[in-house]
Amino acid sequence: MFMRNRIATLFLLLLALGGAVQAAEPSAQEMRSLDEQVQEIKTDVLAIAAELSALEEQLLFPSNTQVSVFVTLERPDAFRLDAVQLSIDGNLAAHHIYSFKELDALSSGGVQRIFTGNLPGGEHELSVTVLGKLPTGKEYQQTEKFTFEKSIEPRLLGIALAGPSAGRSAIALNDW
Amino acid sequence: MTRLPALQFLLAALLLPQSLLGAAAAPPRDLYFSEAIFWAEQGLYFDALQRLDTEIAQYRGLDEPELDTLYPYVHDAEFFVGDFELSYRMHHRAGRAITAVLEGNVPEPVRNEAAYRLARIHFQKGQLDDALRAIERIDGQVPADIRNDVEYLRANIYLATARPELARPILRRLQGVKELAGFSEYNLAIAELQAERTEQALSQLDKAGSVKAADEPTRAIRDKANLVRGTMLLEAERYEEAKLALDRVRLDGPFSNQALLSAGWADTHGNRYQRAVVPWNILAKRNRTDPAVQEAMLALPYAYGELNVHGRAAVLYNRALESFGAELSRLDASIEAIRDGRFLEALVREEIRKDRDWVIRLRELPDAPETFYLMALMASHDFQTGLSNYLDLEDLRKRLLRWQTSFSAFEDIIARRRDYYDPLLPELDAQFREVDSRRRLRLEQHQILSDRLQGLLVAPRPEFLATTEERTTSLQLDALRAGLDEETDAALIARIERLQGLLTWEVKTNYHDRLTEFYGHLQDSQVAIDELTRQYDAYVRVRQAATHSYVGYNIPIKRMRTRVEAGLTRIDLLMARQGRMLEQVAVRELESRVRRLESYEERARYALADSYDRATAAQAAFDQTPQNDEGAEGE
Repeated sequence: MFMRNRIATLFLLLLALGGAVQAAEPSAQEMRSLDEQVQEIKTDVLAIAAELSALEEQLLFPSNTQVSVFVTLERPDAFRLDAVQLSIDGNLAAHHIYSFKELDALSSGGVQRIFTGNLPGGEHELSVTVLGKLPTGKEYQQTEKFTFEKSIEPRLLGIALAGPSAGRSAIALNDW
Repeated sequence: MTRLPALQFLLAALLLPQSLLGAAAAPPRDLYFSEAIFWAEQGLYFDALQRLDTEIAQYRGLDEPELDTLYPYVHDAEFFVGDFELSYRMHHRAGRAITAVLEGNVPEPVRNEAAYRLARIHFQKGQLDDALRAIERIDGQVPADIRNDVEYLRANIYLATARPELARPILRRLQGVKELAGFSEYNLAIAELQAERTEQALSQLDKAGSVKAADEPTRAIRDKANLVRGTMLLEAERYEEAKLALDRVRLDGPFSNQALLSAGWADTHGNRYQRAVVPWNILAKRNRTDPAVQEAMLALPYAYGELNVHGRAAVLYNRALESFGAELSRLDASIEAIRDGRFLEALVREEIRKDRDWVIRLRELPDAPETFYLMALMASHDFQTGLSNYLDLEDLRKRLLRWQTSFSAFEDIIARRRDYYDPLLPELDAQFREVDSRRRLRLEQHQILSDRLQGLLVAPRPEFLATTEERTTSLQLDALRAGLDEETDAALIARIERLQGLLTWEVKTNYHDRLTEFYGHLQDSQVAIDELTRQYDAYVRVRQAATHSYVGYNIPIKRMRTRVEAGLTRIDLLMARQGRMLEQVAVRELESRVRRLESYEERARYALADSYDRATAAQAAFDQTPQNDEGAEGE
């Protein structure tokens, strides 16, 4: 009984390996047209997003007060990053707990914008606390303090994390 | 249906995933480019595109782009935009972006890489003629890191356009390339099949099925090669060889169910049913929504029947019937739930989509017939595309809704700023005018003194640097001298002249010291002017910042609000259409499953009855044998 159907089953298998389910196909033309319209609306929404982002930056973070802080992972193998806490002039500015996806993204060379805010011109103090776990399983926590100057230009600061084995450059402040 | 389309289906799944950082040897040291990578690596392509689009647009607007940090990476950035657009299923825009690079004034390696990427886009979209045209534009120097990828894609295009004679030599050259391990061997086998060289294809599949695999994609292609080889050998009735190939497929891989099913059929050759029950027994215990498992649930009792274990066969047919019945009820419930619209509601549940394995979790939800078959439906490319589009639309809808509320917040901020600054600015402007007039006066004075200093340097005039006391004294002496008579007041005149001479001596001998002092005072005046200018500039900036913080936003906000509203209307419409299409695809797929299960159910019923008959006949035959009669009586 089953032997009779076997060859047909095997032939269908060849098709199934390609990942296509032929039976469940509405009009291909309709699907293509819909797909194209979805692509168009994506383009439109991206254009709105670009304009809105420029407006938002102008309105909420004008260049004369804008300060942004970015995080990079210089040596992803040195430790597992769990969280970063930033304080500016003693006030908590950001506290970020990292997801696996975010850690993967940082390990692949991605740079995370952890804070954008407004500060008056002059000298400020940035305190960075890093929490994580060492390859040995030991908890790791380190705090470093830096001073920086805010002028009328937007200020972009990069925090490079290299882990405790990097000694004094475990937490370094770079000017972007 | 001919063999060729089937081969194309086999081939199309074999494009190697392009690494995100494949084009650049090291992560770029441009902040915003790196930020875009941060988003893209998390699969958040909208945010990545938004960031990188803005960065490239700003770069294009620079007067001196060579001073920008993006300068060394700008071609990579443009390719990345194309990659992000591709990942975000914006093939049209990706194609346009890469075509722009291709037609721009770029170095040869960059142009060739653009042509390769364009060909890849066309190939993925099934536009084979365009893909061929694009890949044939590659000429001259090709970047070393994509050289093999270019050749591999070229071979794939030739295969997809049924030109195995062109694909074979390329694929032969790619044998042994580490990053294509398994894939180049497998595709060469497909090329041999296309060329109707079955033995060479089988031999090549054998090679692909025994590659050393360190990663999951290579392990999967190795399994696939063994499964295809086993299937072909089974069709050719070369059962022993088929069995060997099928046994090489991993038991926990994505092709294991089909391999176990086929391995069972290979074992049945020569009535070796006792061997066939081993893989089918494993398979019959797996997920019962899988068609291979359902077939194994029928094949297993069939094998027991052939082994004359009719009782066991009957029990297993009963079990299959129960399972099919339960599955049919579940399918009915799923179809009903989908028709009620609960399927689409479940797909957009935020809490589920946050999970990395959200599709699997959907299936595991209790009392969720609307999503139970989602995993199976995801096997369909059309369904996957439709679902991705639906989820993207939902994401866009949420973004637009969020932005809509932002506009009110922006307007509130603007109104508060206006209320704060409007009363303050007139008084500030009055103060500014005072500072400005003081500054202008100082500037004028400074200019006069500066001109005088320049004059003194050219033609020294010591009297210009006389003190006020010296000038007064000199004037008094002049007045006294004017009232005296030359003859009668000769002595007085001589005294006055001595005093005048003394004054002249003082003025002339101290001239250089006084000039230096004058220069010093002029410098001090410059410092004061600089301070006034700093105050002036600071005021202008603050004044501008205050104005810019609330003036000129009404029109852009109004325009954007209109665009967002229009976007939302379009998205609602598209979501409704896309959702309906998804429901249709899902219902059709589930209905085809219902039909297949009903057919299996019918066969199982007949087979069950047949098993009972055979079991009864066998029992009767057993009972009628003389020694058994005696034994029975004895018992």
